[in-house]
Amino acid sequence: MATVELTNIKKIYAGGVEAVRDVSLTVPNGSFTVLLGPSGCGKSTLLRMIAGLETITSGVCKIGDRVVNEIEPADRDIAMVFQNYALYPHMTVYDNMAYGLRNRGTPKPEIDKRVREAAKLLAIEEYLTRKPRALSGGQRQRVAMGRAIVREPQVFLFDEPLSNLDAKLRVTMRLEIKRLHNRLNATSIFVTHDQVEAMTLADQVVVMNAGNIEQIGAPGEVYKHPATRFVASFIGSPAMNLMPGKVSDSGVVETPGGKLPFDAKRFSASGEVDVGVRPEDIHVSSGSNGFSFTPELVEELGATRLLHGNFGATPIIVAIPASGTTHENREMRLSIDPAAVHLFDRNSGRSLAR
Amino acid sequence: MVEHRGLSRVIPYFVLTLGVAIIAFPVYLCFVGSTHPQHIVSNGQMPLTPGPLFFETYYKTLFIGSSGSTREPVSTMLINSFIMASIIAVGKIAISIISAFSVVYFKFPFRMAAFWLIFITLMLPVEVRIYPTYKIAADLNLLDSYAGLTIPLIASATATLFFRQFFLTIPDELVEASKLDGAGPLRFFWDTVLPLSRTNIAALFVILFIYGWNQYLWPILITTRDDMQTIVIGIKKMIVTADALTEWNVVLATAMLAMLPPVTVVVLMQRWFVKGLVETEK
Repeated sequence: MATVELTNIKKIYAGGVEAVRDVSLTVPNGSFTVLLGPSGCGKSTLLRMIAGLETITSGVCKIGDRVVNEIEPADRDIAMVFQNYALYPHMTVYDNMAYGLRNRGTPKPEIDKRVREAAKLLAIEEYLTRKPRALSGGQRQRVAMGRAIVREPQVFLFDEPLSNLDAKLRVTMRLEIKRLHNRLNATSIFVTHDQVEAMTLADQVVVMNAGNIEQIGAPGEVYKHPATRFVASFIGSPAMNLMPGKVSDSGVVETPGGKLPFDAKRFSASGEVDVGVRPEDIHVSSGSNGFSFTPELVEELGATRLLHGNFGATPIIVAIPASGTTHENREMRLSIDPAAVHLFDRNSGRSLAR
Repeated sequence: MVEHRGLSRVIPYFVLTLGVAIIAFPVYLCFVGSTHPQHIVSNGQMPLTPGPLFFETYYKTLFIGSSGSTREPVSTMLINSFIMASIIAVGKIAISIISAFSVVYFKFPFRMAAFWLIFITLMLPVEVRIYPTYKIAADLNLLDSYAGLTIPLIASATATLFFRQFFLTIPDELVEASKLDGAGPLRFFWDTVLPLSRTNIAALFVILFIYGWNQYLWPILITTRDDMQTIVIGIKKMIVTADALTEWNVVLATAMLAMLPPVTVVVLMQRWFVKGLVETEK
């Protein structure tokens, strides 16, 4: 097991495209770190640089106590699980798992022991003699993980391993990866664009955008206290409602839809800002408090109900518990908890939290 | 699939039968001719049923040879042709799979230039460059040798192109997984690329074996000795244009024998052949 330390990592491709700009990140020993971001944000590139599949333009990548910038992928003591599994189609499951060990000259009995152990752990013992093509997606994914496990690496790297699976299987495999990590306690870095995966798996979420790290934090942290407007809009489903606003006097922000009080202890703001409110932080108010809202569209999700409508000129989404009935196009009163109002700098997008 | 009913069910069979007949009838005639005595074939009144001389003619053809301008028995020619076609097929596959591997998986200066140079040779078959090629072969003392018969025909753009296209369909992740598994380029080639190319290799082997087998112009230039002759040339040489009588029954028997090996190769490798051209196992 090892800590992975990235210092000022940059990746500039031959065409001049900056995929990763100045990223510094510490992945603590034994932690499960998820790199989360939209496609093209540089998360996969970062992972591939740690794996050694991409060269590092500048910066230092350390695994354990070793600087690995110039070390071959095979000698970095890492294992990687690919999105499309990348199993050798002509080899049996057993050979797929044993191949890396054979190339390293591991003694045969040792290989056999490790492969069988991993197969048992992943419940793929009965498939050891089959070829990958005779397996289902989930089973192939297990084999790919088995191939990583038998190596007993210092760091596990996952490159969107679940995105080729159907929705149901994805949930099962997600749990299994979590369970596996709890059991092996290996340092893991997991790349995904799926926030649910990130939130459920991670000890530490790294939200990336356009080659930069936007925020590093625990899953609850990035949800509750987004450091930037991007994180706020990216994490959470449905996304946080964002609208322009102006802080006039302390503790109140003026938006096109009306004045909203905010927690002046948490935010220090003045002038033009962006205001963010999560759909689930808007409540139906009793009586005449709050503001008037006319839902134009109601989406029933079972446990919750999503109301689409306008707040001032800004389209917003409101999530309320699905009790009673809500009528489309009928005016209702809503209120926003001042503690749930987030303020972001209009220009930099940074959170204005103290 | 279109569902066939009534008459439309019969028509495909009719067309196919007609096609088979058109192709098979000359071959059948050839076989019939090879079993009749020479004078019956020569006077143009050959019956449509096989004659009595099957064993006699074929024995003579295979082991004694005709009395025409080439006296070499056909068995020698068969062996020559077989060796030539095999070396050409194996050589072409070996060279082109290696060059395609280097063009696809290695980044080196002028990589694409190298590829296009190989590609351009598509426009330069032996027939076009025959004089310089002959001159080089002669200067290197390759006349009347298997090396001379095969090497000038081996360098192959088609096969290189074919393998390149196939390699491009192998997912990059497989290369990367190999890298992580500690397999260097050669290991990757032996352990992954070669096994994945099996069906393609088989398909190419069929095509190239027949290409080699059917060579006419080059062998006729490069071989002068009878014992280095290939069967395709043997057939030509047996047909006497001067006053002498052509032993048509022997010629026809030779033609039959010349057909056998390519047909065998196709029949034996048909399954692989179709797989290699159609299916990709990845």
